[in-house]
Amino acid sequence: MAPVTMLEAIRQAIFEEMERDPAVVAIGEDIGVYGGAFKVTAGLLERFGWERVIDTPISETAIIGAAVGMSYQGLRPIAELQFIDFIACCFNQITNFVAKSHYRWGAPVPMVMRGPSGGGVHGGPFHSANPEMYFVHTPGLKVIYPSTAYDAKGLLKSAIRDNNPVLFLEHKFLYRRIKEELPEDDYTVPIGKAIVRREGRDLTIVTYAAMMHSSLEAAETLAREGVDVEVIDLRTLLPLDKETILQSVKKTNKLLIVHEDTRTGGIAGEIAAVACEGAFEDLDGPVLRVTAKDSPVPFSPPLEERFLPNVNDILSAARELAAY
Amino acid sequence: MSYPLTRDQHLELYYYMKLNRMLDEQLVRLFRQNKVVGGLYSNLGQEATSVGTAYALEKRDWIAPMIRNVGGLLVKGYKPADILMQYMARYDSPTKGKDGTSHFGDLKGRHVVSPISMLGDLVPVMTGVAIAGRYLGQNIVAMTWVGDGATSTGAFHEGLNFAATQHAPLVLVVENNQWAYSTPVAKQVPIHDLADRAKAYGIASSIVDGNDVVAVYQATKEAVDRCRAGKGPVLIESKTMRMKGHAQHDPAEYVPKKMFEYWEARDPIARYEKYLTQNNLWDEKTKSEFAARIEKELEAALDVAEKSPFPPPELAEQGVYCDGCHTIEAEWKRSKKEVTPPQSSVKPEWEVTDFGGFDLASTMTKQSAAAGANGGNGAKSSRTIAAAQKSAGKSNGRPEKPKVPARVPFGRGPKGKEGRK
Repeated sequence: MAPVTMLEAIRQAIFEEMERDPAVVAIGEDIGVYGGAFKVTAGLLERFGWERVIDTPISETAIIGAAVGMSYQGLRPIAELQFIDFIACCFNQITNFVAKSHYRWGAPVPMVMRGPSGGGVHGGPFHSANPEMYFVHTPGLKVIYPSTAYDAKGLLKSAIRDNNPVLFLEHKFLYRRIKEELPEDDYTVPIGKAIVRREGRDLTIVTYAAMMHSSLEAAETLAREGVDVEVIDLRTLLPLDKETILQSVKKTNKLLIVHEDTRTGGIAGEIAAVACEGAFEDLDGPVLRVTAKDSPVPFSPPLEERFLPNVNDILSAARELAAY
Repeated sequence: MSYPLTRDQHLELYYYMKLNRMLDEQLVRLFRQNKVVGGLYSNLGQEATSVGTAYALEKRDWIAPMIRNVGGLLVKGYKPADILMQYMARYDSPTKGKDGTSHFGDLKGRHVVSPISMLGDLVPVMTGVAIAGRYLGQNIVAMTWVGDGATSTGAFHEGLNFAATQHAPLVLVVENNQWAYSTPVAKQVPIHDLADRAKAYGIASSIVDGNDVVAVYQATKEAVDRCRAGKGPVLIESKTMRMKGHAQHDPAEYVPKKMFEYWEARDPIARYEKYLTQNNLWDEKTKSEFAARIEKELEAALDVAEKSPFPPPELAEQGVYCDGCHTIEAEWKRSKKEVTPPQSSVKPEWEVTDFGGFDLASTMTKQSAAAGANGGNGAKSSRTIAAAQKSAGKSNGRPEKPKVPARVPFGRGPKGKEGRK
């Protein structure tokens, strides 16, 4: 099998799940004839027809609202948000209708909301957001943010088969930049399980999505300097795999959290609290964070480069922590 | 079109309205005794709309109620005890005390979607129910109610627009009860008839006297039949009146006394009682039997409700996720083979084949003429879908050709770099 991009892996997951289960439908803007703004849904309309590949008006509230109604009928809609920034338009539907449905009246909402997220492509303040924390703070949702093609496919399949509403974030910088050979057979990756991407003794980096690759790169450099870094890829932000984080912190005694989301109220704060509550006596240094600056994502390349965390930022924080 | 009702159906309509009314009165008493948890939203005066609309549906059809649609919930098979226990926050309520008021539903048995407090949001949700129903081959109709206030929300418009583009079998009942909390309709929308909203989406609409249960039933039945025939969504404006404040805490002093008097003279239940008498559909004995029977039912319901305990505190954090507790499956009414559409069926029947190209000059002339004719748009007690469609100049549910509004000149804006952005 030839290696495939993360984008193709996501497309395969949707295609295969629609083949497997006629209850799976796709809904979103320009997903039909055009095949989606990023071509994730290319070829679906031809294969599955208009009843299952539903082009909508530019109307995020209608997309999410209709997907809820469809899931009440037992369908499993995959709702695409053309850019994840537009999710703000349907915040009410997601936080009040979708997330609370099962809790309030026992009505499951087996739907997936997915869309391209993240920066690094000079998309500016409305096409580069990382909105995960609005939803990590919303009980009832599951939030997934994969970093590899294999995980993207396996996690998306799990999300589609899950009986709960899942927000599936796809880092657009990774869409076509990473490639991986995928198994020929059907496989899934469990939701809620982090993975240790690199084992190490001296320091733990907890990260996800695009920053996982930057963190691995930093870990290789640090290894040459004699610092053995363990890298944990969260994969799922909600529910958070606290166990894997704590196990690693108890082993390395030092914790650095790296994410592309902005700093204040980012998940790094939550993970730091988890470490303090569950492994305070194992910590041999302060819990440090490498994150984006607290600003909207700027447009111009030098501004965006300044805004986003990079390998050097990770290296200097890790060196500081290792020397503590 | 007329849909004659049998005597039994007439009496059943009366039963649900009277039950709705007496349950409302019982809840007010319980509220005063501090037995209701939180607010209480009265249905007083709106029974005909709730009951008449829901009565036009079949068992397989779906509804999503608002706070003032207890009547519709009763028609859909909920018992007074369910409503009492919801308001009293008891363990045996449909939501086990997790939510209150009319915020409950039942996916499998009664096909009721639980509302949320953010009004208008049910419109896109029920559009999804309707679209899914079509795909599943169920031939269902999805119905929801919104108030005059909810017609100002984005969700209302996004949902209705999407339903229209999909030709979804959605019946949207706009209950124009004159007040959105303390805001009168005139401050809520700049139009006289909320049914006019339908024109913008190219769908059928009708206006009905919301305090006349038979008229409400007729209008809804017509809309339901239309939906079932695949002719797309219908908006029904029901003109009625909220006879109390927004909730029990609100004395509604902002409502002119004369307005209450006007609508009190049009009380839906008193009107229907008169109708039943005049048409020899009952006698005094039957009437008093209804009251006695309902009173007994409500006493029994209260007994059930009061015996139900409050939920155990540990329930608070349970049920956030439904992992492992349900098997969620679509109910297919057609064979699996038919479910996966053939590759050729990529275009729906109503796919746009009209690529525009209209006569700008003549459209503008027509528009000006129409604006003049509509100037003195007075109150209409009832009009049928056909009549409403005629006025909208179409009959097949397809969007009408776009009309260009008379150009409104912009004021002279700043120039150069400071110009309009």
